[in-house]
Amino acid sequence: MSVRRPPTSRFRPPVVPDRSILTEHRAVIRAISRRQLLRGVLSLGGLSMLTGCNVSDRSSVQRVLRSVSGFNDAVQGWLFDPNKLAPTYAASQIVKPPRFNAYYDVEDVNPIDISSWKLELAGLIQDRRPWSIEQIYALPEQEEIIKHICVEGWDYIGQWSGPRLKDFLVRVGADLTAKYVEFHGNDDYMESIDMASALHPQTILATKYAGEPIGVPYGYPLRLRTAVKLGYKNPKWIRAIVVTNTYNVGFWEKQGFNWFAGL
Amino acid sequence: MTTNKPGAVLTALPRMHPGVLRLMHWTNAVAMIVMILSGWKIYNDDVLFGILHFPDDIVLGIWAQHALQWHFFGMWILVVNGLAYLVYGLASGRFRRLLIPLSPREVLQQVIDALRFRLAHADLLHYNAVQKTLYIGIILIGILQVISGIAIWKPVQFSFLIALFYNFQGARLVHFIGMSAIVLFLLVHVTLALLVPKTLVAMLSGGPRIEPR
Repeated sequence: MSVRRPPTSRFRPPVVPDRSILTEHRAVIRAISRRQLLRGVLSLGGLSMLTGCNVSDRSSVQRVLRSVSGFNDAVQGWLFDPNKLAPTYAASQIVKPPRFNAYYDVEDVNPIDISSWKLELAGLIQDRRPWSIEQIYALPEQEEIIKHICVEGWDYIGQWSGPRLKDFLVRVGADLTAKYVEFHGNDDYMESIDMASALHPQTILATKYAGEPIGVPYGYPLRLRTAVKLGYKNPKWIRAIVVTNTYNVGFWEKQGFNWFAGL
Repeated sequence: MTTNKPGAVLTALPRMHPGVLRLMHWTNAVAMIVMILSGWKIYNDDVLFGILHFPDDIVLGIWAQHALQWHFFGMWILVVNGLAYLVYGLASGRFRRLLIPLSPREVLQQVIDALRFRLAHADLLHYNAVQKTLYIGIILIGILQVISGIAIWKPVQFSFLIALFYNFQGARLVHFIGMSAIVLFLLVHVTLALLVPKTLVAMLSGGPRIEPR
């Protein structure tokens, strides 16, 4: 029979288990000595409990891990030296074509119709008139042979060219004291970067790869290439740039990846 | 309450593994395991050796992002605890007392002894040459893991560290080899601790009290 007593804690079940369970399992309970328990906890078997498949998915664990990730954003912002240049490489090291990477397969890339494409501007920007690709091609270009490093661990050297993002932001009268610059892709991809990284001399709005317009799978007509961020911070097929002080959660951050993602 | 009881002097003597050291040891054990298991999951996303994948049942993190979250959480515990351990080891004289002197001849002789299962470990308070080598080695590998880890985390801000390992993939390879060495050490360390249980008990309860010299 069950014993009912007033709940002392919100987490204590209002109905306690039947006492006969205790009687039936008394022998087992007696067999669990403290020493054995300690040994069990210390054994590698106990340690393997740490690997439980859903440990990191539980929301309380996720809260802690994501707040540490937020702390790591701050540390990375502090470590970031706006004048520190990433290593550059020789023309002979350029990989052609560049490595394709997206959250979907290359066959599923939705090519941009260049006749209707315009680069939209929004947020803390004075001149928000959209840009055609010809207008962007007409801007002074910077060429850089830099390494693309993916969060997965692979890397390759590529030659990218296009206007410096800093020059572009100055030209359109963006608020350079704003916190974030967002890049919205042709798909549902959005990633934002911090203003300091946006103004870095090796952050460009790339229109060309190895001297030719970027191929469709790699971001035609416009993508971000920055030498100071991991690969997923380099959105392809950009259709809009937004300057803002509001943090909006990007495509990969929604899934738990780190926001700053600085190299 | 009086402190003049007989034996008061004896109980005041420090134990072989003082409480602060035991705390650091077990903190490190947990942090290391978090780093290793989450590192395996991160490795799986872009393997260095085609045939080597770590099964999902033994890694930490469902997807790579969770493994990365664990790795970049564990790193703080590992580094803060590791620095505290190094400062403590140097300042307290523990490293001097337990890890040196170390002669290569002694190491060689004792490795041979160990392989014949004749290694002396009667005295808990004194590490034999093989123990000294392993403990010094694992401390150095721990430092190497932190350096190669920082290089992988910040290959632009700390590009001089990347240069130490030839390139980014070199740093990953060194980080992987360091992990392998730590796992090997763990296997030997845990096996020996289980074979000579008083060493394990000493790391829990503090072990024998040490006479002042």
